[in-house]
Amino acid sequence: MKVYVPRDAAARSLGSDQVAHAVILEASRRGVSVDLVRNGSRGMVWLEPMVEIETAEGRTAFGPMTPADVPALFDAPAKHPKALGPVDQIPWFARQTRLTFARVGLIDPLSLADYEAHGGLSGLRRALEMDGDAQIDEMKLSGLRGRGGAGFPTGIKWDTVRLAHADQKYIVCNADEGDSGTFADRMLMEGDPFTLIEGMAIAGVTVGATKGYVYIRSEYPDAIFQMTEAIRIARLNKLLGPMLLGTGPAFDMEVRVGAGAYVCGEETSLLNSLEGKRGTVRAKPPLPALHGLFGKPTVVNNVISLATVPWIFANGAQAYKDFGLGRSRGTIPLQIAGNVKRGGLFETAFGMSLGEIVEEVGGGTASGRPVKAVQVGGPLGAYFPASKFATPFGYEEFDGQGGLIGHAGVVVFDDGVDMLQQARFAMEFCAVESCGKCTPCRIGAVRGVETIDRIAQGDAAAMPLLVDLCDTMRDGSLCALGGFTPYPVMSALTHFPDDFARMKEAAE
Amino acid sequence: MLDTADFSSRLQEIIAAHLPMEGPLLPILHAVQAEWGHIPEPAVPVIANALNLGRAEVHGVVTFYHDFRAVQAGATVIKVCAAEACQAQGGRDLVQATLRAFGLKDFGTTLDGRVTVEPIYCLGLCACGPAAIVGERLVGRASVERIQEAAQ
Repeated sequence: MKVYVPRDAAARSLGSDQVAHAVILEASRRGVSVDLVRNGSRGMVWLEPMVEIETAEGRTAFGPMTPADVPALFDAPAKHPKALGPVDQIPWFARQTRLTFARVGLIDPLSLADYEAHGGLSGLRRALEMDGDAQIDEMKLSGLRGRGGAGFPTGIKWDTVRLAHADQKYIVCNADEGDSGTFADRMLMEGDPFTLIEGMAIAGVTVGATKGYVYIRSEYPDAIFQMTEAIRIARLNKLLGPMLLGTGPAFDMEVRVGAGAYVCGEETSLLNSLEGKRGTVRAKPPLPALHGLFGKPTVVNNVISLATVPWIFANGAQAYKDFGLGRSRGTIPLQIAGNVKRGGLFETAFGMSLGEIVEEVGGGTASGRPVKAVQVGGPLGAYFPASKFATPFGYEEFDGQGGLIGHAGVVVFDDGVDMLQQARFAMEFCAVESCGKCTPCRIGAVRGVETIDRIAQGDAAAMPLLVDLCDTMRDGSLCALGGFTPYPVMSALTHFPDDFARMKEAAE
Repeated sequence: MLDTADFSSRLQEIIAAHLPMEGPLLPILHAVQAEWGHIPEPAVPVIANALNLGRAEVHGVVTFYHDFRAVQAGATVIKVCAAEACQAQGGRDLVQATLRAFGLKDFGTTLDGRVTVEPIYCLGLCACGPAAIVGERLVGRASVERIQEAAQ
C-alpha cells in the first residue's frame, strides 16, 4: 500500500506529521506493509493535511485528515468520510494548467529517480545539446518574464550576462519570498527542489556561469532543509559538479540563509547580503547583470522564473508562449490567501479575471461575509475593490488599473477590514523594513504613519499631505520598498474613502 | 556566562569552518547564534579580525538583520505572523491575545525568561492563517490554545 502524506510546511502546520505517524502505527498494528511518501502539497491548502493512496484508478485523496481518521483508510477507503475521490478529478485541481508545478505533490521531492520518471532533466539534456544562441533564443521566444514581480524579460537579462566578459559569472536565485500572501517559492522548493536546481543549471550553461546561490529567507526552515538535501543528492549523482550530468560544463550551487530582512528580496540588497554586508540597496546602474555578486556579471532570478525554465526547454518555447494574455505569456502560480474559503496555489494561464480568482476559484470569503478588498502582489501591492474584479490577471492589465501583480499573491479581506488601518500598516511595515539608504523611504515611511494617525484623529488637513508624501516616496525612492508602499496606501485612500472620512466626521 | 577558553576555541572552530566560503559573514553569524543563542559581544572583534573587517562593519551587519539577537531569547520563542494575509484571518487579535496569554504588554520576553513573543512577517502559511511558529513547530490556523499547546 502506497500512501502519500505531504511534508509541505503548510500541511505540517496543520498536523501532517502526526497523520504520517498515525499511518505508520496503524500499518504496523495491522501488519500491513506501507510505502509512505512525504510528498509536496498539491496546493489545496483548505484540504490539508491531504492524504493520497495509490489505487488501480490512480491516486485518490482524503482530507482534511486527522490522526483519528487514519484507521478507516485501511478498512474501506472508498467509503471513508473524508474521501475526495481521484486527485485529478477534484474540480479545483482539474481546472489548472500546471506546468511549473506539474510535479509538486506528485513525486517524492527528494527522489531523483522519481523526478526523472516524471520528465525531470529532459530540459537540461536538451539545453546541453544546443549552442548558446539557440539557448538564448529559446528563452526569448518563450516570453518568460520575471516572476518575482518586476516582469523583466528573462531571456534579455540572460543575454546581457552571457555577452559580458568576466572570469566568473553567477546565477543567484532569489528565494527571499517575503511578501505576505505568497508561498509559491516555498511550495516549489519543498515539493520539487530538483526543478529549481535544473533551472539554475540551464541558466549557468546558457550564460557561462559556474556557480549558483539560492538565497532562502530564514522564515522557511523546511524549504532550506529540502533544498540543501536536494543539492547534496544532485551532487552525489553528478547532476551538479565539475561536469553537469557527466558531460556538460561545470556548475555547482549552494543554499544561503537570509536573516529576517524583508528588503533583501530586492535584488541588489540580496547581493549585498550574500556578500556578507548590510542588506542595503545599491543604486542602478550598474545593473547586476553586468556588475552583480562580488562585482561579477550575475543573473538574479526568482524561484518561479528559474523553475519554469526546465519546462520551457523540455517542451519548447512556443508551447509555453501559447499560454497567456497580451504580453504576459505562459502560466502564473496564483497564491490565493487571506479570508478565503478555498485558499492555496492555483497555477493557470495569464488572463483569468480577479473576480473569477476570488469568487469562483477561491469560493469567496471564509467568513461568508462580502469581500471588501483584495490585495494583489504583496505588501507593496494595491488594494482592489470588487468594482475592479473584471481586471484580467496580467502585468500590463494590473498596471493599467493602478496596481501590480507582483509575485501573484492574492489576499482577500471581508467587510470587517478597516482600510485606514491597512494603509497605516503599509507605512509601518516600510518604516520597520527600510534599509535606510534613501531618505524618501527611511523618513517618509515614519512620517506616513504619523500623517495617517492625524487623519484617524479627524485632521482633514493631513489628507493632501499624505498624497504629497506618497508622490515623493514613489518618485524619489531608490527601490520598490519605498517606491511601491504608496500603492497600498493610495489605493486604500482612493477606493475606500469612507474609512478615512468616517473618523473625520466623528471628530467634527 | 561564557567560559572564556571554551568560547574562544569554539568561535575559532566556527570561523575556520566557514572561512573558505565566498561572503562568509552571514553564515558565521548564523552559526554563532545557533551555538550561543545570540551574538555575544566579544565575538564581534574576533570575527572582524578573521575576515579583515572593521568591528564597526561587523556590528553594522549584526544590527541590520532582525534575526540576530544581542541577548538570548526566552526558553521558548513564539513568533506570531503580523502580516496582511494573517491580518485578514484575525491575525491582529491573535497577536494581542497571545501577548495577554503570556502576561506580556508588548513583544519581548517574560520576566521568568520562559517565553519570548515576537512578530514575524510571513511564514508562507497565508492560506491557513493566522500562523505562528513556536520553537521549530509551525502552527497553521493558529489560536491561543494551539500556540499554548505547542509551547508546552
